Amino acid sequence: MTAAIVFYACAGLAVVSALSMVLNVRNTVASAMSLVVTMIALAGIFLVLDAFLIAAFQIMVYAGAIVVLFVFVVMLLNLRHDAFAPSRQIALKLVGGLLGIYALFALAPLLAQHLPEGAPRPEGFGGYRLVGRTLYTDFVLPFEVAAFLLLGAMVGAVVMAKRRLD
Amino acid sequence: METETIIKTVFILAVVVLAFAPIITWVERKQSAVMQDRIGANRADIAGITILGLLHPLADVLKLIAKEDVVPHGANRFMHLLAPVIAAVPAIIAYAVIPFGGSYQYGDETVNLVVADIDWGVLYIFAIGSIAAYGTVIAGWASNNNWSLLGSLRASAQMISYEVTMGLSLVGILMVFQTLSMFEMGLAQDGTFRLLGFLEAFGWVDDIGWLGALRVPTWGIFLQPLGFVMFLACAMAENKRAPFDCPEAESELVAGYHMEYSGMRFGLFYMSEFIEIVVISGLMAAIFLGGWTIPYLPQETIIGAITPVFGEYFATSICMILHVGLFFLKVIVMIYIQMAMRWSLPRFRYDQIMDLCWKILLPLSIANVLVTGGVMLLIGSLT
Repeated sequence: MTAAIVFYACAGLAVVSALSMVLNVRNTVASAMSLVVTMIALAGIFLVLDAFLIAAFQIMVYAGAIVVLFVFVVMLLNLRHDAFAPSRQIALKLVGGLLGIYALFALAPLLAQHLPEGAPRPEGFGGYRLVGRTLYTDFVLPFEVAAFLLLGAMVGAVVMAKRRLD
Repeated sequence: METETIIKTVFILAVVVLAFAPIITWVERKQSAVMQDRIGANRADIAGITILGLLHPLADVLKLIAKEDVVPHGANRFMHLLAPVIAAVPAIIAYAVIPFGGSYQYGDETVNLVVADIDWGVLYIFAIGSIAAYGTVIAGWASNNNWSLLGSLRASAQMISYEVTMGLSLVGILMVFQTLSMFEMGLAQDGTFRLLGFLEAFGWVDDIGWLGALRVPTWGIFLQPLGFVMFLACAMAENKRAPFDCPEAESELVAGYHMEYSGMRFGLFYMSEFIEIVVISGLMAAIFLGGWTIPYLPQETIIGAITPVFGEYFATSICMILHVGLFFLKVIVMIYIQMAMRWSLPRFRYDQIMDLCWKILLPLSIANVLVTGGVMLLIGSLT
């Protein structure tokens, strides 16, 4: 019962704040802050699902680090309001709207179905021990590949920034 | 929510928010005065009684509440009013996972002196801490003032950078204690280990003989001394206090991100800074200074020694009071260290702060993780 209340509260908050993020095009910082609220609401949903580690990372990485960087860049660039003038966005809005409608129709049949009962969760589900063990034993290769990808991106960013400076 | 949780919550809020935070504002003024050869705050009085100036926090709060709450012209009103709340709330709720006492057995009842003993306590602290950055960032942006904006830009860069290092500096201690729960960390620190035992484990000496009597508490500070220093530096930088107070550097930015705040909204920023000091001290005490434990006197020994005199019920209670008292004594020591640093060191330049983070602390913390892992592999266990 508590789980249902928390889920509906978080889900409602996520939808409202996501809408607020998209509709606040003129105020970029307010839009970014709505994104933060969305992330926190998503973390709440992960908590209901017993995925504690994902919930903590959702807040630490997405809400705490990535969006702070967004806000940092927005404040540094000091974008003027006309940078997001509506006239430039008609085509984008059209495409986005069509895609949204398509997604709605694609998902609608799923809503009518009853979700199957999930398999019983193993001991320590969603905790750092189980996630860590799985990540470093069964999925160690994808993990290392992702690490190298990020390292490459980081080196690339440094090289590009340095060329600009020189 | 059961009664026990409510009692613990009220207790910790009363101690941290209502007792520690106001007294630290007084300590800060008094200590700066002592270190600069002044007398310091001593005028506020009720009917001529001043109690060393301890009434100043009360006078400050009354003054702040009575002041006009100004929102500057052209500022984003909603965000401007929201920012102090975002800054204060994470500081207050962080204490939920910091244990202030151990586990006590009353018949069938077990009393754990921590509000929420969650398995991922350290991650909770980091998640809460990363949200705290928004308070300063939004405050500076919503004030419609260039100095404030510069202050919050510096604050956001500094807080993101030091969050990375703060996390990595704790990885070593997480490896040693094999847990993310702060309560389990406290339990693990209620013991001793042979200081020179590693000589045997490495095979350098066959038997260390009488030197084995040289035992040290299994406190984080003895197991991870480098981690202790790095975590203290990062935590102080996260709190944006001198020597890391670039975001509010008064000689360059007037007052930085909270320049356009007045009345109790400024008071919230001010208070959250002092509550954060208590939170940092509590974290350091719980993780590195053995939490509530008394060195060389494990809980069973204390209770066993007093039980014949007072009976088990009172013996457990006396042990609990000793533990809670010692925990807050450790917190006070850590607060004192932070205060002394704040009034002895000059402010770093912005580039020095960034160099310290990315070029010194980050490589050191990664080296610490590697060395800790290697040593643990060789030694196996502590005792």
